Amino acid sequence: MTTATKAPAPAAPVTSGNTLAGTRTLIRFNLRRDRVRLPVWILALFLGTISTANNYKQLYADPEDRANVVNTMDSPAGLAMSGPRHYLTDYNFGSMLGHQMLGFMAVLVGLMSVLIITRHTRAEEETNRAELVRSTVVGRHAHLAAALSVAVIANLVLALLLAVGLAGAGIDGIDGAGSLLYGLDHAAVGIVFAAVAAITVQMTAHARGASGMALAVIGLTYVLRAAGDTGSNGALSWLSPIGWVQRTYPYVDNRWWPLLLCLALAAACAAAGFVLSTRRDVGAGLRAEKLGSPVASDALGTPLGFALRLHRGTLVAFAAGLFLMGAMYGSILGDADDMLKDIDQIQEALDRIGGSSIAESFASMVMVVITVVAAVYVVMAALRPRSEETAGRAEPLLATGLSRARWVGSHLAVAMGGGTLVLLAAGLGFGISGAASTGDGGLFLKLVGAALAYAPALWVTVGVAVVLFGWFPRASAFAWIVPVYAFLVGYLGQILQFPDWMNNLSPFGHVPQLPAADMSWTPMLLLTLVAAGLVWLGLEGFRRRDLETK
Amino acid sequence: MTKAIAAIEVSGLHKSFGKTHALDGLDLAVETGEVHGFLGPNGAGKSTTIRVLLGLLRADSGAARVLGRDPWTDAVELHRHLAYVPGDVELWPTLTGGEAIDLLSRLRGGINKQRRADLIERFDLDPTKKGRAYSKGNRQKVAIVAALASDAELLLLDEPTAGLDPLMEVVFQDVIVEAKAAGKTVLLSSHILAQVEKLADRVSIIRLGQIVQSGTLSEMRHLTRTTIEVETERPAAGLDALPGVHDLQTIDAAAGRVRFAVDGGQVDGAVRKLTEFGIRSLISHPPTLEELMLRHYGDELAANGHSGNGNGAA
Repeated sequence: MTTATKAPAPAAPVTSGNTLAGTRTLIRFNLRRDRVRLPVWILALFLGTISTANNYKQLYADPEDRANVVNTMDSPAGLAMSGPRHYLTDYNFGSMLGHQMLGFMAVLVGLMSVLIITRHTRAEEETNRAELVRSTVVGRHAHLAAALSVAVIANLVLALLLAVGLAGAGIDGIDGAGSLLYGLDHAAVGIVFAAVAAITVQMTAHARGASGMALAVIGLTYVLRAAGDTGSNGALSWLSPIGWVQRTYPYVDNRWWPLLLCLALAAACAAAGFVLSTRRDVGAGLRAEKLGSPVASDALGTPLGFALRLHRGTLVAFAAGLFLMGAMYGSILGDADDMLKDIDQIQEALDRIGGSSIAESFASMVMVVITVVAAVYVVMAALRPRSEETAGRAEPLLATGLSRARWVGSHLAVAMGGGTLVLLAAGLGFGISGAASTGDGGLFLKLVGAALAYAPALWVTVGVAVVLFGWFPRASAFAWIVPVYAFLVGYLGQILQFPDWMNNLSPFGHVPQLPAADMSWTPMLLLTLVAAGLVWLGLEGFRRRDLETK
Repeated sequence: MTKAIAAIEVSGLHKSFGKTHALDGLDLAVETGEVHGFLGPNGAGKSTTIRVLLGLLRADSGAARVLGRDPWTDAVELHRHLAYVPGDVELWPTLTGGEAIDLLSRLRGGINKQRRADLIERFDLDPTKKGRAYSKGNRQKVAIVAALASDAELLLLDEPTAGLDPLMEVVFQDVIVEAKAAGKTVLLSSHILAQVEKLADRVSIIRLGQIVQSGTLSEMRHLTRTTIEVETERPAAGLDALPGVHDLQTIDAAAGRVRFAVDGGQVDGAVRKLTEFGIRSLISHPPTLEELMLRHYGDELAANGHSGNGNGAA
């Protein structure tokens, strides 16, 4: 075959052993896939920060107000939830932002970065898409390098937006240099957690597991800094990248060098990720897949036992999370009087709720937030039958001696019982630490009771989800309107003063606002009856319709 | 055959999804104790039929009785007596295969432990792996073991071997033969004729939501014709006079190449005859279901209904 007319195809510009070949194409590809997701993340984080800074300006206009916040923050609980004490020396709007927001934002930026990495590396491998891409002219390290690049780009864009947006917001104490550092703090900590995820995606073969491990690292670093900041010497905080960026003290000292620590750690972790990735096969993890039991336990053979098994992880996570959330709010309950009495807007809102003390009124407000989180759990649990159905896993089950009503019923039982349990956990956390911080032991039962009073409203939420599932399965996701609406009306409405009818549209609007208000049983009974009616209606609908199959 | 009550009796079944008519007046009868092949191309309505028989879908009109019961109103009681293997098995990602087998069996009302262990070994299935770690073939095995380890009297199998390798396909065939010997009734859907041929006593062919042919395999002898394409040194003459030879076509007269179809039992005679003319090359292949559909029912596809291509069944 000697054809002089056709020149041999020019060799691709790939030298042998170019493990990064194709990285630039993959970066563009990843950015294209994330063209909605990343802007939403970045804008949400940016706008959240800007609006918080503006809120400070309005809520704490007087130096006196700020001094009150300093008093509240200068307690172990206050410091655990915010940042190191050094910020308190000059508590202007800038140092307030650095103190209260940076630790919290670090967690969110970390979450964004971890999800970027797992989405573009391990999730691709898990779905076998990476295999297809790797069979083309793409180097062994290209996937990870491209994912890390996207994470760096996203974090730097956020940093830049924050620097420009905050510097231009015209708020006292928030200057240009501080804002640049404040923005770069976000980028630095985000890149560190992206690099951590670069390691965890090598360990396990599943994206969810890899994200979980990386998130556990984020949680651990947060706990380390919280422990360090409440203690006297703060040494523990120096073990945490979140602690490092908090110790750049933007708007206070503008100390730049801790950023170098972040860079060094990120480089080390990323390098480790690249090395580890060469020690495993495509699609496999470093850690072998764990094997399970070859036979089912007795509990698994009953519909309820099986439903519990599927819901177990989520239920435990929400119960633990809400217990901690309750405990955190409870720990500041004792200081609520001092903290809130001078802030007019909150004072007005509390007056509307009533109650014998500010602490009780504040507790009623906190309960609304707790309930919304519990409602999120309940909707997730109640929509589980729908996701089982669309995934094709309901079909083999319903071809056995299991009736449709029992199948859905077992999931609903877990949703309703679990929702109540989650409320109880929040009430216990809130009650224990609230009673401790106020020194009022009688508050414990009051707070637990106040949390449980919301259970019938949660059951109504479950009922709404079941009706949608039974009659309009494709519209099931509209059940999410219930917690979103409850949040808008219950939380913002207290400050923005919505009309009553808007409040009454939400099942949570009918619950007596314990402990500030008095208990009244009629609405509780009515809510329970409505819930029962909705569940019956939903089951009837499901009994009549076709099962959706793949 | 003893005086048998029909395990499945279906008449005039209609089911539409929006504008598509998945079932269009389907009739089906499966006798107790037989292995019934349910053949049809993809999208013909096999899975829809089985899901109606399971009470997972509700028929728009028509009657269906399964083991003497109405599958929609009496679904739960009925399900205690049957086992189902879907064509596309989805498992719970966090449950092991063994747990899924036990779960499905217990919800049906018990499992034969001895048979469970035996089947797991024969299908070479690792029951300790999590659902998300299984390949498609292994997920299929989980459903097959769960179904066959039960004491169900009726097995509804919807393309059960999709994704199984040929070795496992053989194991599956053995297991079905044993199930039949144990007196179970099997409805086996497939789009591969050869698979059904080995197992089924009777076959029903579904096309566009209707049964177009139903009977024993010997009754449908003409369906199992082999197509032969042959090139001979001298022009092959007299082939059309042979018994069982159909659709003789001359492809290339100069090269001596012809094509014809021959009934399963007559291949020997046809090949003997061909050797007389000096065979230069010979290609033979069994009919695919799609070919059958096209050859025998292609005329119905044309709405005019006039362009039949000589349906010369022997």
